[in-house]
Amino acid sequence: MDDALLMHRIHFGFTVTFHYLFPQLTMGLSLLIVILKTLYLRTDNPVYNRAARFWAKMFGINFAMGVVTGIPMEFQFGTNWSRFSQATGGVIGQPLAMEGVFSFFLESAFLGLFLHGERRLGRVGHWWAAFAVFAGSWLSGFFVVVTDAWMQHPIAFERTAEGLFQITSFWGLLTNPWALIQYSHTMCGAVITGSFVMTAIGAYYLLEDKFLEDGRAFLRTGVVVGVIACIVQILPTGDLHGRYMAFHQPAATAAMEGLFRTEYGAPMVLLGQPDPETQRIDNPVVANKVLSFLIYGVPTAQVKGLNEFPKSDWPTSIPLLFFSYHIMAGLGTLFIAVMGLAAFLLWRGVLYRTRWMLWILMLCLPLPYIANTAGWLTAETGRQPWLVYGLMRVQDGYSKYVHAGNSLFTLLGFMGLYSVLAVLFLFLAHRLITHGPGGGALPGVTLETPNAVA
Amino acid sequence: MAPVEAPCLASRWKLPTRWLRVCTMPLIWFLLVAAMLAAYVVLDGFDLGVGVLHLFVARTKEERRVLVRTIGPVWDGNEVWLLAGGGTLYFAFPLLYASGFSGFYLPLMIVLWLLILRGLGIELAGHVDSPVWRGICNGCFGIGSTLLAVFYGAALGNVIRGVPLQPDRYFFLPLWTDFNVGPAPGILDWYTVISGIVALVALTLHGANYAALKTEGDLNVRVRRAASTLWLALVALTVISLAATLLIRPDMLDNYKQLPALFVIPAIVAAALIGTRLMSRKGDERGAFICSCAYLAFMLVGAAAALYPNLLTSTTDQALNITVNNARSGDYALTVGLAWWTIGVALATGYFVFVYKMFRGKMSATTEEHEGY
Repeated sequence: MDDALLMHRIHFGFTVTFHYLFPQLTMGLSLLIVILKTLYLRTDNPVYNRAARFWAKMFGINFAMGVVTGIPMEFQFGTNWSRFSQATGGVIGQPLAMEGVFSFFLESAFLGLFLHGERRLGRVGHWWAAFAVFAGSWLSGFFVVVTDAWMQHPIAFERTAEGLFQITSFWGLLTNPWALIQYSHTMCGAVITGSFVMTAIGAYYLLEDKFLEDGRAFLRTGVVVGVIACIVQILPTGDLHGRYMAFHQPAATAAMEGLFRTEYGAPMVLLGQPDPETQRIDNPVVANKVLSFLIYGVPTAQVKGLNEFPKSDWPTSIPLLFFSYHIMAGLGTLFIAVMGLAAFLLWRGVLYRTRWMLWILMLCLPLPYIANTAGWLTAETGRQPWLVYGLMRVQDGYSKYVHAGNSLFTLLGFMGLYSVLAVLFLFLAHRLITHGPGGGALPGVTLETPNAVA
Repeated sequence: MAPVEAPCLASRWKLPTRWLRVCTMPLIWFLLVAAMLAAYVVLDGFDLGVGVLHLFVARTKEERRVLVRTIGPVWDGNEVWLLAGGGTLYFAFPLLYASGFSGFYLPLMIVLWLLILRGLGIELAGHVDSPVWRGICNGCFGIGSTLLAVFYGAALGNVIRGVPLQPDRYFFLPLWTDFNVGPAPGILDWYTVISGIVALVALTLHGANYAALKTEGDLNVRVRRAASTLWLALVALTVISLAATLLIRPDMLDNYKQLPALFVIPAIVAAALIGTRLMSRKGDERGAFICSCAYLAFMLVGAAAALYPNLLTSTTDQALNITVNNARSGDYALTVGLAWWTIGVALATGYFVFVYKMFRGKMSATTEEHEGY
C-alpha cells in the first residue's frame, strides 16, 4: 500500500469515527425525547417534560458537535477520494444530495423551534417540533446508510463506456435490501447508545443522591427502551445482517470469524487472535458448529473459508476486522444481559434501590459507543479491499494529485482541532450533568443563539 | 437499433424531445446549483460580514453581543445552503466536484477549519461569563469570518482565471507560487487576491447593511458610517476587478457578445451598487440591504453567465475544460433528481416560512428574550 493511500484512509477513518460519536447519541436521543414528550402528554406528569428539556439540551450540544464534524465528511468524498466520487457520483450523489435537501433543512428549521419555542408552540405543537427533529435526524441517517449500503452491495446501476457508475432505478437504490437491514441495525444501535446514556445519568443521580425523581424517570424510560433495542439489535437485525453478509460478502465473513479454511460444521471462534501469516487462531476458544448453524440454520452446513478467495481479495486488515466484529458482538450480548437484568429489577420494583445494578448501569456508559464504533469498523474493514464491493478497489479511488504530505498535513490539523472539540464537549456536557434537570438556563449562560449549530 | 446518443442510459425514461434531454438538463442543473450557491453567498454573506464588522465597529462587549445576536438565530440555517448546494453539485456534476474539491484541497480544508471555528465562536461566546473566554470566541468568530470571506472571493477568482487541468481533467494547486497569473498559478495570485479583497469588502458591506437593519442608536450610526466607507471602497474595487478579469480572461465576454441581452446582468449589478448607497442615504435600511443582496447575487450570475457551459476552465488547453456536458450525471439521474429536488426545496421553503411566521417580529437585539427568529 502506498503512503498516499494509507494517509487518505486514515484521514477518512479518523474524521468519520470521531464524527459518529455524536450522531449515534442524537439519533437515539431524538427518539427517546419524542417518547418522553409522549409520556408527558399522556400522563401529565411534569417530570417527563423536565426530562425532555434536560435531554434536549444534551441533544443540542451533541448536535452541534455532530454538525461541525459532519461538514468535513461531505467535503472529503471530493477532496480525498476524488476518483471514487467521479466514478460513483451518478449513483450515490443522489442520496447525498437528498440528505442536504430533505434532512438538513428540516433539522435546521425545527431545531431552534424545538429547543426554544416550547412556550410559543404549546404542548402539542412542541411534540410536533420534537417529532420533526427526530424525523430529520433519522432521515439523515437513512441517506448516509443508503450511500454506504450501495458501496457494500451495489445494485440499480449500469456502467458507462468510461467505467462510470450510473443509477438505473431510483427506488431500487433506496430500497436496497442491504440498506434496509443495515439501517435498522444502525438506528437500533443508536437507540442503544441513547438509552444507555440516559440510564447511566439516571443511575449517577441516584448514586449521588440528587435529582432523585428525574433520575428515576431516566432509569425507567431508558431501561424499557433499552431492553427492547438490545433484543432487536441481535434478533432480527443483527442476525439478518450477518446472514446477508455471509451470502454477499463471504470473504469478509470468513475473515470476521477467523475462518481460514472451508469447513463443514464450522465453529464459532469466541476468543483468540488471528494470525494471517500462519493462517490460524492463537489461544482459541470455540463453540463447535455454531457458525454453520447461525448462517444456514444447519449445524453441518459448509462455510467458505478465506482459502476459497485469492489473497488479493482478502480484507486488508484481518485482525482489525476480527477484533472489531468480536467486540461488537460480545458487547451486544453483554447489553442484553445488563438491560435484561435491569428490566427485571424494574419490573420487581427494586431497581432504584439496587445499588450494584446502578453502579453497573453507570459504568456501562462508554460501552455502546465502543460497540457502535466497532460495528462500523466491521462493516468498513470488511468491505476492503473494495470501495464498491467487487467492482472498484480502494487504490483506484483516492485523489491521485493529493500527495501523502498534504493529506497528513490536514489530518494533523483535524486531530488538533478535534482534540479541542473533545475538551469543549466534555466541559459542556459535564456542566449540564452537574447542573441537572429542572431550573432554568445554566448559570452564566446567556443563549446567544436560540438554535445550536444546524 | 441502439440509440445514437451515448449519454442516454436509461432509455425507458422517455422525455419529450432529445433536445430537452441532452441540452436542457445540464442547463437546468447548472442554474439550480448556481442558484443554491448564490443563495448561500447572499445569506451566509451577511453573517460573515457581521463577523468582520463586529471586530471594529463594536466598542463594548454589549455592542458586540448585540451584533452577534442579529445573526444568532439565522446563521446556521444559512450555512445549510452550502451543504445542500455542495451535495447537489456532487449529484449533478460529479466530475466537477471530484476535480475541483481535490484540486482546491488545501484551501477547502482551511475553509472547513474556519467554518468550525466560526461556528464555535458564535455558539459558545455566551456560555461562560469571562473576558478571556469571550475574547477567544469573538476572535474565532471575527477572524474566521474575515478569512472565509477572502477565501470565497479567491475561490471565485480561481474559477474565473482557470486552473492547470491535466489530461485526466484533474489538477492540484498549491496555496501560492509566484503570485503571477500564468499557466501554473497558485490558489493565491495577484488576481485572486484582488477577488478575495473584493469579496471581503462586499460581504462586510452586506453585513453592515444587515446590521443597520437590525440595530438602533449609537451602534446603528457607526454601522452606517462604516457602510458608507465600505461602499466607496467597493465601487473602486468592483471596477478594478472587472478590468483585471477582462485583462486576464478576455474570452469572458464571448457569451455576452453572442447574447447581448446578458448585458442586463452587469447593468443590474451597477444599479444595485448605486441603489445601496442611495437607499441608505435615504434611511431606507431594508432597501439598502435588498440592493446589496442583488449586488452579490448578480455578480455571481454574471460570472456564471460568462462561464457557461464551462464549469472549470483550463489554463493550459481549452479542450480540457470541464463543462456541463462532460461533468454531468446520467439523464435518468438528472431527471429523477429534478422531481425530488423540487419537492425537497418546496418543503424547505414551507418550513422556513412557518418558522419565521412563528417568531415574526419578536427577535429584537436589545431584549433579553431568549427565544428567537
